[in-house]
Amino acid sequence: MKRFLIPFLISAAGFVMAADNPPKQKLQSSYELMTPENKAMQDDPSLNPAMFWVVDGQAAWNEKTGTQNQSCAGCHGDVKKSMRGVASQFPKIIHSKLQTLEGQINQCRTKAQGANPLAYESKPLLSLTALVAYQSKGMPIAVKETAANKADLQKGRQSFYERMGQLNLSCAQCHEDRAALKLGGSPIPQGHPNAYPIYRLEWQTLGSLQRRLRNCMSGVRAQQYEYGSPEMAQLELFLTWRARGLPLESPGVRP
Amino acid sequence: MSKTSRTSITMPASAKKGAIIEIRAIAQHDMESGFRYTESGKAIARDIIRMFTCTYNDIEVFKMDFYPGMGANPLVIFTTVATETGTLEFKWSGDDGYEAINQAHITVS
Repeated sequence: MKRFLIPFLISAAGFVMAADNPPKQKLQSSYELMTPENKAMQDDPSLNPAMFWVVDGQAAWNEKTGTQNQSCAGCHGDVKKSMRGVASQFPKIIHSKLQTLEGQINQCRTKAQGANPLAYESKPLLSLTALVAYQSKGMPIAVKETAANKADLQKGRQSFYERMGQLNLSCAQCHEDRAALKLGGSPIPQGHPNAYPIYRLEWQTLGSLQRRLRNCMSGVRAQQYEYGSPEMAQLELFLTWRARGLPLESPGVRP
Repeated sequence: MSKTSRTSITMPASAKKGAIIEIRAIAQHDMESGFRYTESGKAIARDIIRMFTCTYNDIEVFKMDFYPGMGANPLVIFTTVATETGTLEFKWSGDDGYEAINQAHITVS
């Protein structure tokens, strides 16, 4: 009896786990789906147009601004040292609030510099984000589930699996169930946010993850989450956690 | 020169005499085509780079016209023959008084 029971229990446990946590596909960056030309554009700093934003960001880093007449460098010093690996940990809980990288930059601006927050998708915010993210290029995404971010992570997970919009589609239906299949002739990526901010050739400019997410939401005819909203940050957190371990490519190039 | 922007040149710092060298010149520019409209229906004025030239010790070796159909942050890759040690000057000019100049030095042996 015992001999029978044990393998049965093990297989039953295996089955339950599989149902809860579907076997994870091998993580694939959408870099792998690009043409050799686009890969070269991302890899070679002399070809990557996003490097202009990184250089702009470096200028902004050293510029004193706001009522405190303070620069980023005034507190954080050399960006290459102080910001190394920082982007690989965002979004994260800071003072019990979930904060994206863009949100944290604006937090610094309003609190430490006494300046106005930068508008989402504006050149100055994208430049600073690109500069900070660039310092983590090649480092694996290090977002973990913690007691502090558990609730937000769960809400982000819900958004990912929730059907939305007139087309009644969830993120997961394309980017998990149908990843690597084709949509309109293009391969569907697994949807890992490991290269943001990206220079998207379709946009002809640099853009944030939130812009990309809003893209998908309008694609399924759903009401888009607002820039900088808690829902956006929670979805960002879940996506980043889902891509944990993938090396950051920021600033990436995508078609 | 009312407007300018960042540019970047990638080319070898030294070459053998007679060698063909590859030059990459990229300029930061939105290349607004003039065919787009704002949400309220107002036409967005054209704002593009119109011309790019490269001179090698003051001799023009490459020249190119730009058009509204070209994408943002245009990258030009071309070649020239390394004839003598000297300076290559790159100049972009365009709408609304846009002008950007960059230089690179090459040692020819």
